[in-house]
Amino acid sequence: MSFTSHEIGRAFQVAIGLGVLVLAALGPLLFSTYWISFILTQVFLLGVAAASLIFLSAYGGMVSLAQVALYGIAGFVLGNVVTTGNSKGLNLGWNPWLGVLLGIVITTVVAFLFGALASRSAGIYFLMITLTYAVIANLFFGQVTTFSGFGGISGVRTPGFLGQVDFHPNRLYYVSLIVAVLVYAAIRYLVRTPFGITLQGVRDDPVRMSSLGYNVALHRMLAFGFAGFIASLAGVLYVWWNGHIDPASIDLSATIDLLVVAVIGGLYRLEGAWLGAFVFVLINNYIRSVPGLGHIGISEDRFHTVIGVIFLVIVLLSPGGLIGILEKGREVIERLVPGRQKLTADERG
Amino acid sequence: MAPRLRKQVAFARFARRIPWALSAAAVVFAVLWIGFLAPACGANGCVGAQTNFGSAVHDPQDFLATLLDGVTAAGVYFVVASGFTLIFGLMRVVNMAHGAFFLLGGYITLKLQRAFVGEDSAFGLLSSQVHFWQWLVPSLIAAACIAILGLGTQQIFLRWNQGQELRQALITIAIAIILADQMVAHFGAFAEDIAWPGVLDRRLNLRVAGVHYTLTRLFILAVAVGIGLALWLWLKKTRTGMVIRAGVDDRQMVAALGVNIQRTFAIAFAVGSALAGFGGALGGSFASLGPGVDGNWLLYSLVVVIIGGMGSLGGAAVGALLLGLVSNFSSAYLPGNDTFYSIIFTFVLLAVVLAFRPLGLFGRPA
Repeated sequence: MSFTSHEIGRAFQVAIGLGVLVLAALGPLLFSTYWISFILTQVFLLGVAAASLIFLSAYGGMVSLAQVALYGIAGFVLGNVVTTGNSKGLNLGWNPWLGVLLGIVITTVVAFLFGALASRSAGIYFLMITLTYAVIANLFFGQVTTFSGFGGISGVRTPGFLGQVDFHPNRLYYVSLIVAVLVYAAIRYLVRTPFGITLQGVRDDPVRMSSLGYNVALHRMLAFGFAGFIASLAGVLYVWWNGHIDPASIDLSATIDLLVVAVIGGLYRLEGAWLGAFVFVLINNYIRSVPGLGHIGISEDRFHTVIGVIFLVIVLLSPGGLIGILEKGREVIERLVPGRQKLTADERG
Repeated sequence: MAPRLRKQVAFARFARRIPWALSAAAVVFAVLWIGFLAPACGANGCVGAQTNFGSAVHDPQDFLATLLDGVTAAGVYFVVASGFTLIFGLMRVVNMAHGAFFLLGGYITLKLQRAFVGEDSAFGLLSSQVHFWQWLVPSLIAAACIAILGLGTQQIFLRWNQGQELRQALITIAIAIILADQMVAHFGAFAEDIAWPGVLDRRLNLRVAGVHYTLTRLFILAVAVGIGLALWLWLKKTRTGMVIRAGVDDRQMVAALGVNIQRTFAIAFAVGSALAGFGGALGGSFASLGPGVDGNWLLYSLVVVIIGGMGSLGGAAVGALLLGLVSNFSSAYLPGNDTFYSIIFTFVLLAVVLAFRPLGLFGRPA
């Protein structure tokens, strides 16, 4: 029994994936509480948000800057529904699960609406239109004191089984991990359905798909709605994790940060979402301990200068992000491993 | 069969007219509300649907002032957005650093002005301390600096990525991140504003409905109209302008005719950036400078050019006017307790335009 180098590469990838998953599942045994509660939980939820962006760009050809705004909408709805005693906001004090449900449903509906408006545009126009959504959502929550106002919503309760996040970081850690895995699986499944295949057709050649009788705008809109649903999950996790949400958490800088995460990971591969989130959070937390940076005048306050330079370098050198670099490495290895490189259709049987 | 089909066609026609009818109704209602219906707040504050000013018939003075506010704000929007649309129209580059260029232009003006005036300016300058040239010269120098910055950006980072629109947008985003963070480091996190010169900082009696209106805002409008005319003449009458207009339609053909299109690109990028820098001087005097301001002005530029249509100068003017009027009238004429909802109207404006014309009012397919 012989394997082709492609099959070996594929098995290698699956092995890495499973290894990461096992490590993550054993996380609380391996890592300190700081890592669990601040770094890895954040990586998972930021990765979910980035996955919604990468799903749109990799399979729909749409780079959206509205994902942070959408997860903010979910967060603000949840915050308004479950809290009491904030000076601003609705302070409804309802059941935490009802808050989650409303957050997800309202965000998905808004995403469909946003998608319907932007669906006739593509490429660079899409980027600009979604950027205006992002800034408008930020200004909206900053100005409208009925829902939030400048100070935001504090003291968001989690459902009973999560307990207080400060005292039980492992519970939120596992919830975020499970959501991340489910989101990954759901997107991988969706892109293999007829809808997903059609969406990729729309990405590659909208004119041809349109003349074949497919409704291009409808597919884009549905994809955007689905991405909004995923972003809303990230928003719920974020508010549980942070206990607080304010307009500054969805401002332009946060919007760009998510794009940076997605681009560093790789805009064209789903796995890039979590890889990018990991690198981003690591840099954000450990920039102060990098030796030598202080001497050239870069303190941790200048995190955005550092991340901007990294972002610039990645965009200039490898448009596929870190995953793109890894893929190139794999190709090199595959070329070195002897084996049947090119298979004809008959041989594959 | 045929009657059923006819019914379906009739229904489809009807359904297609719904958005038109809805928007027309919204516009008619807005005009009626502002003109005649809006009730004014009484002596004991605003109750229910009362507005601060009342209708235009009731209070023509405030109506006229709001109208002028809208038109003059549109002036600044136009100056900033025209640079954005010039760059996009010719090169298909979405310059996401346009807001950062704006803010840097504003800061350069601010610092130069303080250096020129030279008096103790720890808490900002008073307009009585500032001569006209102490406003004009710093803003022109700022525009020149930003032109050089833009030119450098284009030559170093964008020139070899031509045609890769997304990548170019990402590159400019990276530059915007770095610039914004460095500006916080060097200019601080507090909002500051550029002082108007004393000669402009007074109210002018317009002799219409008793309106005394700020001269600075009329100056902004005059500058914006002047810049608009100059750009129009440049694009219509000069050789470079003709090449730019030809390049907007077909870059390859222009290059094939032996025109040095790269030189034209460089000129357009420098001029577009200079407009952002000069816009920063205007905007920093008209409003303020501080962290986050770059994002707001990028938003205004985006909204203006999305409404007006990418790459169209006339579109930028119309878009700026619509944005200025809608945002000013909605915040002035919403019921007194709900004025903070006015941001929704910017979104509604964008949504309505995109629903009918995905490429903007004057946009053409690439």
